[in-house]
Amino acid sequence: MIIQDRMRVTGQREIAKNIFEMKLTGKLVGEINSPGQFVHIRVSDSFEPLLRRPISIASIDHQANEMTIIYRAEGRGTQLLSMKKEGDEVDVLGPLGNGFPVGETSPGETAVLIGGGIGVPPLYELSKQLTAKGVTCIHVLGYQTADVSFYEEEFIRLGETYIATVDGTKGSAGFVTDVMEKIGDGFTTYYSCGPMPMLNAVQTAYTGKRGFLSFEQRMGCGIGACFACVCETTDKTDKEYIKVCSDGPVFPAGVVSI
Amino acid sequence: MNRLAVELPGLQLKNPIMPASGCFGFGKEYGNLYDLSMLGAIMIKATTLDKRFGNPTPRVAETASGMLNAIGLQNPGLQGVMENELPWLEQYDVPIIANVAGTETADYVEVAKTISMAPNVKALELNISCPNVKCGGITFGTNPQQAHDLTAAVKEVSEVPVYVKLSPNVTDIKEIAKAVEAGGADGITMINTLVGMRLDQKTGRPVIANITGGLSGPAVKPVAIKMVYEVSQVVQIPIIGMGGVSETADVIDFLSAGASAVAVGTANFVDPFICPKIIEELPSKLDELGVNQISELVGRSHRL
Ligand SMILES: Cc1cc2nc3c(=O)[nH]c(=O)nc-3n(C[C@H](O)[C@H](O)[C@H](O)COP(=O)(O)OP(=O)(O)OC[C@H]3O[C@@H](n4cnc5c(N)ncnc54)[C@H](O)[C@@H]3O)c2cc1C
Ligand SMILES: Cc1cc2nc3c(=O)[nH]c(=O)nc-3n(C[C@H](O)[C@H](O)[C@H](O)COP(=O)(O)O)c2cc1C
Ligand code: FES
Repeated sequence: MIIQDRMRVTGQREIAKNIFEMKLTGKLVGEINSPGQFVHIRVSDSFEPLLRRPISIASIDHQANEMTIIYRAEGRGTQLLSMKKEGDEVDVLGPLGNGFPVGETSPGETAVLIGGGIGVPPLYELSKQLTAKGVTCIHVLGYQTADVSFYEEEFIRLGETYIATVDGTKGSAGFVTDVMEKIGDGFTTYYSCGPMPMLNAVQTAYTGKRGFLSFEQRMGCGIGACFACVCETTDKTDKEYIKVCSDGPVFPAGVVSI
Repeated sequence: MNRLAVELPGLQLKNPIMPASGCFGFGKEYGNLYDLSMLGAIMIKATTLDKRFGNPTPRVAETASGMLNAIGLQNPGLQGVMENELPWLEQYDVPIIANVAGTETADYVEVAKTISMAPNVKALELNISCPNVKCGGITFGTNPQQAHDLTAAVKEVSEVPVYVKLSPNVTDIKEIAKAVEAGGADGITMINTLVGMRLDQKTGRPVIANITGGLSGPAVKPVAIKMVYEVSQVVQIPIIGMGGVSETADVIDFLSAGASAVAVGTANFVDPFICPKIIEELPSKLDELGVNQISELVGRSHRL
């Protein structure tokens, strides 16, 4: 169920240049049902900035009733968010959308998880859940530069991890697709989140494979009411269009017209 | 006696608060969050004769205390609304105001005729003010004669009272208001969005794919208040006011300016529970103001 919760900040730290990891506690955590779902955050109690910011859930700890988000402090909203301190309250709406289908990969099978920049965070909870059920995860993480890369250690703990940076300052130089070529196709499924050009490249490279992609789109309501976040679809679905916020953000590869 | 009750042509409102068209879809999403029967009414998303996909994305952009949108009247079309959306809303004890849009008189008339027969549609809101579609819509809303004629044509076929939604993107909104009143309108809803643009800092290009969008949210409230203040003094028909309503105090302002009821648009995105919150707060706000019945506030600003 979607709820509006005043969550309490239990941690906030800069884990890379302008990249923040924030921990939040509240009853909303109990409503999260799959990795890849997101929350819609009101960064200020005033009307400036006005709109909520959609941010993926990066990690869930049901025992501690805590969730982690990882975001880049870039514009006005995310900068304000980065100034919140432990103990502060934040108005959070969620959980929203439909996440990655963990059930599409069976124990013993292998999944490739490809993330780009601030598309990497939701893959962390996904990998935790997949590995917990006995799926082998291979991670391919792309960043612009080394100083904005994050969570390498965390992913390594869960499985084989490859890093690519555009300028070659960490891992191999180039894009995630360059690394993907080296991995080959001995896997069952792939899951990806990142900028549109990357999703397009991943989908093209893995034509014929079963995959799931998480999309980004500018949002208004975040719950399916305003038609801000629509994408056109391909003929692989009966739907004429999809709303990223409520039908997605995760869709099977090939469904959304990129 | 319900202190918040308001009676308007076709509408027995439990309270004067209703979500504005386009900011509430057809109610389903918000229906998952709270009981829609709490609302005074619901203004549903614009309905056109044929289904529409709308404009390319990005369709929204944030601005200082506001937002621009260029959705482009995406909706499932008259048939889809009649078969799926309106019957679903029948489970709630709430009057529906159907926002009707089109490109020429004939399709406005056809939509109005059919949709006004739905059992829960208690009034129409004629949208002659959408700034985001190429033809029709706003061209009716910026020309007094065309606004008059369209209103008259729709009045002739509608089974329920007709409210006309005015655009602020005109030189003198009073002229349009008087024209639709003369055309037989039972009420006025105002304002629709103000046309605006936002540019990308890096590229200098417009952020919205449609180039221009409609401005809404707290930023437009002073403009809306001024227009309601003016129009309410030159027409006899009631006004449902909107534009930036985000908290209870804003409702009081619109009523004082001359509106009889108030619609809440963009604020639903900021706080999806804003309508029930305002409804809950209104009685104590009336106490504060020493007012018994909410209608007593209507038009305070221009009383001698
Ligand atoms: C489903 C989803 C999940 C996301 N998950 C994450 C995440 O885990 N970590 C992270 O860092 N970022 C994530 N993003 C992107 C994040 O929403 C934007 O970076 C953020 O909204 C920008 O806000 P700002 O205040 O920095 O920028 P501003 O420039 O002030 O933003 C202005 C407006 O544009 C919108 N906007 C700007 N960029 C984007 C974008 N890329 N996508 C959608 N809306 C945008 C903002 O929400 C706001 O309404 C996600 C986006 C979506 C749609
Ligand atoms: C995303 C969005 C979609 C809208 N769609 C419609 C619409 O379909 N028909 C209409 O008459 N007005 C539409 N409007 C205008 C609102 O109903 C309202 O007149 C305007 O936004 C001002 O109110 P606000 O500041 O409270 O949002 C839309 C506004 C927004 C923000
Ligand atoms: S953001 Fe409103 S429909 Fe998706």
